[in-house]
Amino acid sequence: MKVVGLSGSKVGTKTRTAMDYTMKAVSEKYPETETTLIDLAEYDVQFSDGRNYLEYEGDTKYVAETIMEADAIILGTPIFQASIPATLKNIFDLLPVDAFRDKVISMIVTAGSAKHYLIVENQVKPILGYMKAQIVQTYVFIEEMDFYQKEITNEDVLFRIDRLVEDTVVLTETYKQIREAKEAEYDF
Amino acid sequence: MEKYRIDQSKGMEFGLYTLGDHLPDPGTRERISAKQRIHEIIELAQLAEQAGIDFFSVGESHQEYFATQAHTVVLAAIAQATEKIKISSSSTIISTSDPVRVYEDFATIDLISGGRAEIVAGRASRVGLYDLLGYDLRDYEALYEEKFDLLRKINDEEIINWSGQFRADLNNAKVLPRPLNGSLPIWRAVGGTPASAIKAGYAGVPMYMAHLGGPVSVFKRTVDAYREALQQSGFDPSEFPVATAGFFYAADSSQQALRDMYPHINEGMKRTNGQGFPKQHFAQGVDPRSVMNIGSPQEIIEKILYQHEQFGHQRYIAQMDFGGMPFDKLKKNIELIGTEILPAIKKYTAK
Repeated sequence: MKVVGLSGSKVGTKTRTAMDYTMKAVSEKYPETETTLIDLAEYDVQFSDGRNYLEYEGDTKYVAETIMEADAIILGTPIFQASIPATLKNIFDLLPVDAFRDKVISMIVTAGSAKHYLIVENQVKPILGYMKAQIVQTYVFIEEMDFYQKEITNEDVLFRIDRLVEDTVVLTETYKQIREAKEAEYDF
Repeated sequence: MEKYRIDQSKGMEFGLYTLGDHLPDPGTRERISAKQRIHEIIELAQLAEQAGIDFFSVGESHQEYFATQAHTVVLAAIAQATEKIKISSSSTIISTSDPVRVYEDFATIDLISGGRAEIVAGRASRVGLYDLLGYDLRDYEALYEEKFDLLRKINDEEIINWSGQFRADLNNAKVLPRPLNGSLPIWRAVGGTPASAIKAGYAGVPMYMAHLGGPVSVFKRTVDAYREALQQSGFDPSEFPVATAGFFYAADSSQQALRDMYPHINEGMKRTNGQGFPKQHFAQGVDPRSVMNIGSPQEIIEKILYQHEQFGHQRYIAQMDFGGMPFDKLKKNIELIGTEILPAIKKYTAK
């Protein structure tokens, strides 16, 4: 199983900190998974111009292809201006409309205020649903006060990340089994 | 329909098209050489002609896993190797070509073939060729519309005065040679959505509609929108032919047809498009209401007649060679078309 972590911001450190912890949890608990973390701050991804994702070059091609090859994706996003960062939205724009078919996606969200809790419900889930993702319904919402010097200090957040990792892997395996059982019925 | 060389009294035309893809056979994992692929395409056109098939077309695609980038050259070889089958592109990417050169090529093919050439002009579903040929993707719409218009003008007028954004002006220019009977049928390639079909209708050009899969009812909306747009622009829809093109595969049973074709479609789509064809969607392809013509010859006959009833189209064009389909299976399909499918379709659609 290929699990890709996507840290969706070029600005700040909290999302990356949470993603590092999350991907470490995936590798430790499920050593058989193949994990890749893509931190968009480290890549020069061009804006989508509508072409097929295979036709981009360089970092853009690498990021798009790595995501498309994943079985499960763990998205990490901060909330900026009551929305997701443009860098993350651009990733959605680069991919085909049904890019997330047969993929499980879960989310880690960092924000300065608890009042932004519903941004994920109102903005991210509709996009993922449209792109045919199987969404892990509960996400981990982490506030400013849960961090201290690039560490997560709130134990409850750590427990919730561990549960998210478990749910992501279990659901990915489950959907794979469902799909295989369904496809076996077709006899072709 | 005379302008487009279509005689409805003989029934709906049946054609084959190839995108010229050059993919490995998923069964053997082997890929034949580009030389062999091109020769097989030429032979396929000959076999199609012998089976009584009306039309054969070759696509232009400039990405990896394709072999007919120079599709006009392949069409010229087919023109020489055949005697009566109509030959065309499907499609020529007019956006990134010079309409003058395209017209020169096709008028020449028309002369070689004795008046059998047509052009289907499209916009490119993949855009790698913009970089390859030095065009800006931001001009996607404008390039197509301007060049398609110029292509039609060259077809209609022997002496041209023209100026536009993407090519040098033409002043009292003659584009030679002229086709055998003065003009060529030029179709607009439409991807199946109503927006593009409506443009074809406003312009008053025949529509060549390609589809991968889905219910007939959805594509009927596109056909209806096209004819409505024709009417709104003052054209008589009964004078403009419609062609539909899509996946085709005949075998002894629908189960066998699915089994033979699925790996080719799925693996081929993965390589050329990045995503496979979901099995569930493909399984729906045998349903009588689906546009995919996959099944036993009798099932296919019924499906095509149902589609004809719904679309009222003048030409159906089958794609059966995608994804490294072995040549012997293509031959078997042509035999089934010639002996069983074609006679039935002609019989029931002749006016």
